[in-house]
Formats: sequence, C-alpha cells, structure tokens
Amino acid sequence: MAADVKAPPLREFPETPPALVPGAMSGAKPYVASDKIQQAIGFPGELTEGWEGRALGRMGELLDRYRSLRVYLDSCVHCGACADKCHYFLGTQDPKNMPVARQELMRSVYRRYFTLPGKLFPRLVGARDLTKDVLDEWYAYYHQCSECRRCSVFCPYGIDTAEVTMAAREIMDAVGLGQKYSNEIIGKVHRVGNNLGLPGPALADTLTGLEEDTLEETGASVRFPLDEAGAEVLLVTPSADFFAEPHVESLIGYAKVFHAAGIRWTLSSKASEAGNFGLFIGNYDQLRRIALRIREAALELGVKRIVVGECGHAWRVAYSFWNTLAGIGAGGDDPFARALQSQLDARYRQPTHICELTWDLIRQGALTLDPEANDHRVVTFHDSCNVARGSGMGDFPGGQFTIPRDIVRAVANRYVEMAPDTTLERTFCCGGGGGLLTDELLDLRVKGALPRMEALKEVVDRHGVNFMATICAICKAQFTKVLPYYGFKMGMVGGVHQLVSTAIRLGAKQ
Amino acid sequence: MSTASLVFAALFYAAVAVLVGGLAWRIRLYARTPAPLRIPTTPAPRTRGGVALRLAREVALFESLFKGGVWLWLFAWLFHAGLALVLLRHLRYFVEPVWAWLAFVVPLGVYAGFAMLAGLAGLWVRRVAVERVRYISTPSDHLMLALLVAIGLSGFAMKYLAHTDVVAVKAFFLGLMRLDPQPLPADPVLWLHLSLVAALMLVFPFSKLLHAPGLFFSPSRNQPDDSRERRHLAAWAAPLDSHR
Repeated sequence: MAADVKAPPLREFPETPPALVPGAMSGAKPYVASDKIQQAIGFPGELTEGWEGRALGRMGELLDRYRSLRVYLDSCVHCGACADKCHYFLGTQDPKNMPVARQELMRSVYRRYFTLPGKLFPRLVGARDLTKDVLDEWYAYYHQCSECRRCSVFCPYGIDTAEVTMAAREIMDAVGLGQKYSNEIIGKVHRVGNNLGLPGPALADTLTGLEEDTLEETGASVRFPLDEAGAEVLLVTPSADFFAEPHVESLIGYAKVFHAAGIRWTLSSKASEAGNFGLFIGNYDQLRRIALRIREAALELGVKRIVVGECGHAWRVAYSFWNTLAGIGAGGDDPFARALQSQLDARYRQPTHICELTWDLIRQGALTLDPEANDHRVVTFHDSCNVARGSGMGDFPGGQFTIPRDIVRAVANRYVEMAPDTTLERTFCCGGGGGLLTDELLDLRVKGALPRMEALKEVVDRHGVNFMATICAICKAQFTKVLPYYGFKMGMVGGVHQLVSTAIRLGAKQ
Repeated sequence: MSTASLVFAALFYAAVAVLVGGLAWRIRLYARTPAPLRIPTTPAPRTRGGVALRLAREVALFESLFKGGVWLWLFAWLFHAGLALVLLRHLRYFVEPVWAWLAFVVPLGVYAGFAMLAGLAGLWVRRVAVERVRYISTPSDHLMLALLVAIGLSGFAMKYLAHTDVVAVKAFFLGLMRLDPQPLPADPVLWLHLSLVAALMLVFPFSKLLHAPGLFFSPSRNQPDDSRERRHLAAWAAPLDSHR
C-alpha cells in the first residue's frame, strides 16, 4: 500500500452527509497525456496559445450536437438533491465533488459565453471567464467523476453529470489537454486490439494455458477458441479476463457454460477487448471507431450471436450504443445495419450479456449445477453503475438487477443483499470507473470506495459475507486494490461467473 | 386613462411577448438539437407510452426528487402544487363568465397560496441552513426566491390588508386581451404585485426557470429503453456509416 494513501474512517451506518472541506481534492489530478499519446488518436499534442477560443468553439459545437448538454446546462435550479449522492463527495468531503458543483464548473463558463444574463450580469448568476485556473479546475474535478450516473437518479430533471463530464473531457482533449491513462489505452486498443496491449500470439498462448489448466482441474476438455470462423457465438470480453485475478476465473466460467451447453464460440484477436474508453472521454468518433472493431470481427468470423462478458461500461456501450454506432442489434433498415443484422440470429437479443445467456440456459435446465460447491462462500452482489443505470438485460426494466442475482442464487446457497440505498439503481460506484483506474489517483479511488465499503462492512459483520460478486472488470480491479485499505481481503471480490465456474458440473447431464 | 394604466398595459404586452417568444425560441432549440445516443437513466420504460407515464409522474409527483430526500421534495411539491392552484385562481381575471369548475377552484386558491409560501419558506431556509446547498447557491437563486415570496405576499396583502378593486382589475386584463386597454386601479400594492409578476415573466426564458420545458427534453427521462430493438441515429451521425 502506498504510504500517503489512507482510507477515511467508516461512518455510522446509515451515514449522514459529511461537512464540507473546500479544496480537499484540488491537487488530485491524473497525469496529462504526452503529445505522442494525444496525436496518436487525433488530438492536438499540447495546450497552445489561443486555446480559450478553441475550447469555447468546441463547447458550442457540442451544445449543437448533444441535446443532453444543452438542456442540462440550462435546467439546473441548484436544489441540491444530488449534492450528497456522489461517492467521491461522500469520501472526500470536497464540495466541488458534489454533482451540482461539478456541473457548475462548466455551467459557469456556459453562462458567461452562451447566455444573456451571464453576458450582462456575470456575478449575479455565477458566470466565469474561461481562464487557465478554470481549466485546471476542470482537469482536476472532471477527473474525479466516474460517470456513474448516480446523481441522475435523484435529479428532478434527470440531469446526468456524466454527460457534462464527458463534454468537459472532450473539450480538454480538443485543446490538447488529455488524460494519459484513458488516451494511452485508446491508442493501444487501435494498435494492438485490446486495452492491455496483449498481442494476438500472446493471447493464443494464454488461452492454450487456460485449456490445460481447466482440463487438469475438471477432467473435461473445455476449449478457449480464438478467431474460429463459423462459430455460433463471438464472445467479446474485457481483456483483463485473459490473465488478471479474479477476472480470469469468470472467463473460465464462461468457457465452462459454453462447453456444458454445447455452444460453439470464439474469441477474436481483432476484437479482444469489450471495453470502450471512447465513452469515458466523451468522444463520439473514438466511441464509434472502437465499436466498429466488434462489427468487423463479427462479419469476418460469420458469427450468429455476439455475447459480451463481465464488463460494466462495455455493457452500457454494447447494450445502449452498439446498434447506433456499429449496427449491432436489431431494427436497422439501412444497408449498413442490414449487412450485419441479416447475419445475426434474430431469435436472440443482440448483443447478449453473458448473464442473459447463462440464465436462459439455467432456466432451460441445460446446465448441471451444484450450489453446495459454493457453500464456503457467503455471497453479496455489487451492482456496477453502468449496468445498473446505463443498460438493461432481459425483457423487462430492471432485468439487469434480477438476472445476475438469479444466477447467483442458482449457483450459491448463501446470499445476502447489501443496504437498499446502496444497491439496484442506487448502487454506489466502486470508485475506480470512468477512466480513473490509475495509480496516481489511488487516494481518490480509496476515498471514493467509502460508501460501498460501509455497506459491505455491515453485511460482513451481520451475515459473515466473504464474497462480493460483480460483473465489471473495473469493479474487480478497483476492489482488489482498495479492499485491503479497509481491512478486507482482496480475494473477496470476484465475478458472477466465478461462482458459476465453481458450481457447474461438466460432462454428461444427470 | 392614466399614464400608469398605459405603462402597465405596455409592460404586460411586452412580458407576454418575451415569455411566449423566449420560450418558443428555447423549446425550438431543444427540439432541434439531436440526442445522438440512447441515454435513459435505467431501469427505464421500454415503450413510448411508458415514457409518457414516467414524465407524467415526474411532472405531477416529482418522483425522482422524492427519491433524493423527503424534505426537499415536500417543500418543492408544496410550492409548485400551490403555485398551480394559485395560477388557476387567477384565471378568473381572464375569462368571463367564470366557468363552473373554475368557480369551484377559486376558493381553494387561497389555501394554495399559503402552501406556496410555506414551500418557498422551506426552500429558502434550506438554501441558507444546509451547508451543501448554501455552497452552491448564487445571488440569483436568492433573488428568484425573493421575487416569488414578494409576489405571494403582495397578493395576500390585497386579499387581507388593503383590498383592491378586483372588478376593475378584471376589466383591465379583459381589455388587454381584446387589445382595448382599460384603466387599472391606482393601488400601489397592486402595482407592486403586477410589476413583480411581469418581472418573473420577463426572466423566465433566460433563467433556471427553463427547468420547466427542460424536463420534457431531458434525454435521461424522455427516451425509451429500446436500443437493442431499434436503430437510433442522429442526423449528424448517420452519414458516418457510409464511410465504412
């Protein structure tokens, strides 16, 4: 553990909103992207003279392109319903981490240059000139938002701070002030095919190793196919699933499910990444270009179904945006969409979440499960923000909550819910989402995890919970890192398909 | 006719023009700005009808705000529901004869006025007393509350302290509607009340009061969750497809 990072003390549960500590996190900033990283993905290399005009120009373009931004910047009444809902505010007490105050960093500039009262009476309406100080503040606080949308649940107008954060990051990228972590990863996904920069041959080796390990463990020859044309299913999963712990346990779980159900599936070396950091930086072009890799892989391999592994923001992009960006879905009547949609099997929802697939198989009785195998675990479920508030599953609203839980209950006997204010649509972010999963922000990440850790502590103390299941690669990586700061074992987080992997019985169905 | 009557007549024509024109301009802008991606805050209704119901609940019951906290919801709802009834009560100045259902609402409007002021008082106390809300408040937030409270108090002053000639006031507004201005009673409290109302109408399209039309255009609330079933393309994004 880094010496200067300390977890804040857990508060009395249920917690009361904390007092304000202005400026507490003003120094927390991620590393700035180098000119090389910036230029590799088409952004200016550095902040140069005249940036103010270019920033305002980009802001004007975004206001014309995004109704969300336009309406949200106009509509806020400063009621404060969102003020105590952000995990980063609750963990850091910095008032600029209140969603309304975070939005206000941009809204004050919007008012000054785009509204009449702000042009005439700036002080009266809280309007500010766009200066270097303001830009620095943007850089700090728009990188202390994980775009989790929790605030939007409580806003009477549905104002989604994530939309404002994305616009701010897009404007900063447009003037050459990018974030190293996200933009470097976007460069890698284009260059190598995945966020972790794992080249095709290394991926093939890794998968062969997993086949050997699984054979040894189960006695069944479970396959981990790569680039197999003619497979029924293309599985697109976060690249952390290929080797990080506990992620890989879920990958083994998916493979066992496909094996047990007799579904021919494949991974793709071209689309060896479900994650799409274009979302985090709010750049439509990157979002689209990263999504198009999946389309191309699906067309090349001739698959009938596209299934997405355990990754929160990837599932939001897949579920909500793929149909728009890459024609992966249904209902498209244009040549671009039809080219893929006529290939895909219309009997299935496209794209499909791995949990939807597994739950359908469980319901059909196609899997043999031994939930007693998980009896050493007392399980709780952490809803990941992008799944909970940015996507759906199944046929009805809220399927994203019931389907993963139904799976967990089918494969484990001991299951406990965390406090209702911290689950379902009100779930707290893990503290590492939205492009903040980088070491220089560890202090922020530890503090941002506070509300989830408090809720977890309660079920650990009361029910002996020792396993927190989740379906997001970022949640898994973040919790693995921050759990120890709160006195928990890092191994207590894992995927839903890790539990499936433990419980599933391979071989002939009895 | 007095100069004051003419000034108020001109003021109200101007205020209506700015309110209606300004709102139409803003609403047109919202309607024309595309929403390129499906971003409903989920779980969200899967159908258009479900979305209409979700918006109706937001408008009538402030559903999301209720999730955010009961006290804020209570004050806000009291104020808005009170204001709605008070506005209905004032319809009697604009229709002749007064419709039967309106005659039933008119007396309720008095209680609604108290509810409105109570709600405003609660909101203002909150703005001052809660540290988080105080931090995010701008001078204009306080001015807006002051304006609404002053409108309410000046209205009640005419009801309970110094009655104004409501028959003449009605004649004035009916005259305005027929483009035939009539004299307005020379009553300072009435003048104050009407000036404040005109000020509210004038600032409406340029202020945070845009939250009223804004709610209907909020993509996180007005979009159905049907992204897997329908391909949704903004006009500016559609041509990108042909480049691949």
